[in-house]
Amino acid sequence: MKRGKKKNRRIRGKNRSLILLSMPSLIWYILFCYLPVVGIILAFKRYRLIPGKGFFYSLINGSEWVGFENFRFLFLNPEIGKVIRNTLLYNMAFLILGTVIPVMLAVGISYIHSGRIRRFVQISLLLPYFLSWIIVSYSVYAFLSYDRGVVNSVLGSMGIQGFRFYQSPSLWPFILCAVNVWKSSGYMMMLYYARLMAIDTELFDAAAVDGASNFKVIRYIILPELKNVILVMTLLNLGNILSTDFGLFYQVTRNSGSLLSTTETIDVFIYKALMEKSNYGFSAAASLIQNGIGCIILVTANRLLKKNGGGGAAL
Amino acid sequence: MNIKRQGKRNKKKNNGFQREQGYISGLGRTADIILSVVLILISLLALLPVILVIIISFSSEEAIIESGYSFFPEELSLDAYRYLSGHLGKILQSLGVTLLVTVIGTVLSLFLISTMAYALSRKDFLLRKLYTTIVVIPVFFGGGIASSYAVNTQFLGLKNSIWALILIPACSSWYIIVMRTYFLSNIPPEILEAARLDGASDARIFFRFVIPLSKPIMITVGLFEAFSYWNSWYENLLYTDSNHSGLYTLQYVLYNMEKNVSFLTSGDSISGLSAARVPTESFRMALVVVIILPILVTYPMFGRHIKNGLNAGAGK
Repeated sequence: MKRGKKKNRRIRGKNRSLILLSMPSLIWYILFCYLPVVGIILAFKRYRLIPGKGFFYSLINGSEWVGFENFRFLFLNPEIGKVIRNTLLYNMAFLILGTVIPVMLAVGISYIHSGRIRRFVQISLLLPYFLSWIIVSYSVYAFLSYDRGVVNSVLGSMGIQGFRFYQSPSLWPFILCAVNVWKSSGYMMMLYYARLMAIDTELFDAAAVDGASNFKVIRYIILPELKNVILVMTLLNLGNILSTDFGLFYQVTRNSGSLLSTTETIDVFIYKALMEKSNYGFSAAASLIQNGIGCIILVTANRLLKKNGGGGAAL
Repeated sequence: MNIKRQGKRNKKKNNGFQREQGYISGLGRTADIILSVVLILISLLALLPVILVIIISFSSEEAIIESGYSFFPEELSLDAYRYLSGHLGKILQSLGVTLLVTVIGTVLSLFLISTMAYALSRKDFLLRKLYTTIVVIPVFFGGGIASSYAVNTQFLGLKNSIWALILIPACSSWYIIVMRTYFLSNIPPEILEAARLDGASDARIFFRFVIPLSKPIMITVGLFEAFSYWNSWYENLLYTDSNHSGLYTLQYVLYNMEKNVSFLTSGDSISGLSAARVPTESFRMALVVVIILPILVTYPMFGRHIKNGLNAGAGK
């Protein structure tokens, strides 16, 4: 009995120091992740800040319940259909391009003999990943500006009339896809490449003994090895199917009003509702829908994958 | 057939360090050259936007006004940099802010990430399951920016505070998971056990043994965090009013100059330069170059660490 108690205390003592060690991190999670989750009841309120009182006091005591009023306004908004369509189409395109291109690049570099070339390719393709959207927006502008841009002067020298890019919404789906591929492919390529390099060399030896062609090696060894990583990435992307990178859609388009019909996504919409119209409830309602649907998709897809014995176990 | 067998022999010879060398030997010489050329071309294409910005910053203003941005400007000039060095006041201020945020932020986020990752990696930690759930949920569910904004400004009082720039992006579930995986697979449990038998506390074990043993992952995560702090602008956009421009990071200064070039120079009419003589176009790009220079310089040096870190992440 006494010994058991002693052991118990020892375990608790040990855990106490682990709890202490991870306390700052836990506090960060509570303040910056979980308080906002509680605050999402904003979506069901007409928020009014009581001067001198904090957010939660105002939220609970000062703001009246409005039920699904905010959601009603959200769906009555004339823009919302377009915004959801843009978000879904961009994410679908990014999902496909963001898988196929990096996988091809990863397989490509893994076949290059020269270590120096391999390193050069990796470093240059990964570089855009480390540039901020502001910088990206500047260099995109250097290409696409109507009177100064490189693209228009090249077109001009061939006798072709230049484009007013920042006023032509129909061109932007292509531009944004290209920019996104340029910025994120390197990182994804490195992930897939790392996975490729972890393949057991014996598999390749066995393939060489069997006299398998490179095509067969890719088809039967490399792609199956990458399958799990691809699945996990796809799953995460599906969970974020209604979320987009705010910087890409807000900065790279220079928030140009005439492009909104093809470039405004849910995140930009939510941002504007909050910062330009100070409409907390409306913005929170849109966030709640965005997060809720993403969550449902993620959980469902994960369950389906698990059922089929896929790599969904990662979550 | 002959070639293949040779390939096989090569592989036998290389066996063991083939992975380290990082390639799959299967291509003939010609195919290797073609593939290399194609990939080098793609890489150069990826570098073009950065190269263009650098060239514009060295172009003369007349050349830009005359014939637009160009990879081959008619006239080179250092005017933009000269102008930049003459107007360092606000730039140094925001460089200071950016450096402060980057240094404090990186240290803080390494601390938050590694301590939580360590707790999650300890199989005898009673709250492990609960803490794992706490860390994983925010990956796919959050309060949205309206709620976060209200909490951060009206509850935590972070509006127009430098702490908004440091604290809000400080922790990341993704890096916690990566680091936990690293701890689990790279720190021999025997060492921890031995230290524990010597009576060392968990905190002591963590700082004395775990951190030194996980230098590679610390460097990788630190590097990614440092870059992301250096690149930060979003927190400024949300949490800093325009009458607190002393808190602007370099990126956010650049963002403001997109609309208003005079942002940096407003108020110094003494400089005597007429508006026409300000090298507006090249000046912006010069600032871009100044901001990406630290990234361009440090990043290739840490290439190996970045790769190792990604390896650890992919091994998940």
